[in-house]
Amino acid sequence: MIDYEKVLSKTVREMKPSGIRKFFDIAQEIEGVISLGVGEPDFQTPWKIRQTAISTLEQGKTVYTANAGLIELREAVSDYLVKLTTQRYDPKSEIIITVGGSEAIDLAIRSIVEVGDEVLIPEPCFVCYAPIVSLSGGVPVPIETKVENEFRLTAQEIKEKLTDKTKILVLPFPNNPTGAIMEKKDLEEIAEVLRGTNVMILSDEIYAELTYGKKHCSIASIDGMRERTVVVNGFSKGFAMTGWRLGFLAAPKPITKQLLKVHQYAIMSSPTTSQYAAVTAIRECQDSIEIMANEYNMRRRLVVDGFNKLGLTCFEPKGAFYVFPCIKSTGLSSDEFCERLVHEKKVAVVPGNAFGACGEGFVRVSYAYSISHLKTALQRIGEFLEELKQ
Amino acid sequence: MDDLLKLLKGNARLTNQELAVMLGITAEEVAAKIEDYENKGIIKGYSAICDDTIIDPQKVTALIELKITPQHQSGFDMIANQISSYEQVESVMLMSGAYDILLTVRGHSILEVSQFVSQRLAGIRDVTSTTTHFMLKNYKENGIIICSEEKDERGLVSP
Repeated sequence: MIDYEKVLSKTVREMKPSGIRKFFDIAQEIEGVISLGVGEPDFQTPWKIRQTAISTLEQGKTVYTANAGLIELREAVSDYLVKLTTQRYDPKSEIIITVGGSEAIDLAIRSIVEVGDEVLIPEPCFVCYAPIVSLSGGVPVPIETKVENEFRLTAQEIKEKLTDKTKILVLPFPNNPTGAIMEKKDLEEIAEVLRGTNVMILSDEIYAELTYGKKHCSIASIDGMRERTVVVNGFSKGFAMTGWRLGFLAAPKPITKQLLKVHQYAIMSSPTTSQYAAVTAIRECQDSIEIMANEYNMRRRLVVDGFNKLGLTCFEPKGAFYVFPCIKSTGLSSDEFCERLVHEKKVAVVPGNAFGACGEGFVRVSYAYSISHLKTALQRIGEFLEELKQ
Repeated sequence: MDDLLKLLKGNARLTNQELAVMLGITAEEVAAKIEDYENKGIIKGYSAICDDTIIDPQKVTALIELKITPQHQSGFDMIANQISSYEQVESVMLMSGAYDILLTVRGHSILEVSQFVSQRLAGIRDVTSTTTHFMLKNYKENGIIICSEEKDERGLVSP
């Protein structure tokens, strides 16, 4: 009988399953649950994009593309990056089309991190960075961002964690789960700390199109930062294309040249149908993004106001489609709050600690839902809080 | 379209307070804007979108095409206004193409609608022909899916 304990890598065996996954399994067991738990748009992919996919399938365009992606898509992405980062990246040598932003993150970390290297990860954040760093033999170093700073990362917090082993700073803004953004002045302060070091930046800007009131600012646009930044973005959130699994990264040529080797051996090339569709997304569907972002903005205001009225204080997030209310006033832990809420009122929200230890005392609420859905959920959360008091 | 109108078209029962929060303005400003839209005739009214097959399974809806000889001076307006005044008629539109006016009529039975067509519509002088299409099933009305629940394909929780 084979001993699986012995055949599987210790690193993988010790990897904790995502806290989001754990909560999903709980919610799945209960009938009639309404959710505020998803991290994907409720809009369908704009029709024009779907139509392109259908027609390329009809034309039989179903073969591998170049490893780095269709050149017409890389050219489109290059133009798009000017809008997103103010920087021009060479489509032939500085852009790789990836299987979602997730692959881009994986590529960057695995290609840069060696055993013992430290990676600074501001938390709360998306769940994938630390496990991938560990897989590479690196050491994830969490940086706790604070609600009093609206969950922005400060230069001081970086200084405290910076060592001569620091290899990468992850910059996950606009942030999942907090909705925090970084403004130009915040980024300039960080740039000041990093200038003159060999620290790379992994800037995960997947929510760049979804900011409210202020336009997204990429660290690549700050003086001296482009040379050390891997910009990660994709089509999932802005264009409502999560299932198409398509993202991209942009970095200086000496970096992409190495990353491309890993991509080539691991993936070969990203899905061809999705790549053709993405050309249409960038070239013809920018207006859809604005319409969707405007909708999100109205829901965002409704939900922030809703939580604050319920007494769960909630700072005003300026990006993504999440709010991150504080639930400490209930006396419950994040896990208890979420488990009781889903059992007693059948509303699913995600415990904040799924996004890092410092997310304890908060919950992530997605507002990628219709207004009537959001109102019903808020009402049930209100009833839950009332019953807790009794 | 103005965000306020868009929200109201999606759900006219949102309170002024809710609308105000979503638009980032005050409830008083919402009230003033709505009043202005009503006064200007931009907002004509507020109604419920119902699934009639549940309320009255016998009820029938017909789309009726009319060909009309335009009248001197008033063109199609006089006849269109006359047809609009009938209570069975839900909508009246002047169309380009093979016919002139398209109207929607609802009645309690096919017989009732047939009588309306033959007696009221066909009887109007200058109506030269009618073509009646009975609706078999209503899938979507005013942007609202009628015949089935819109299903959320997404999982309950995702990254």
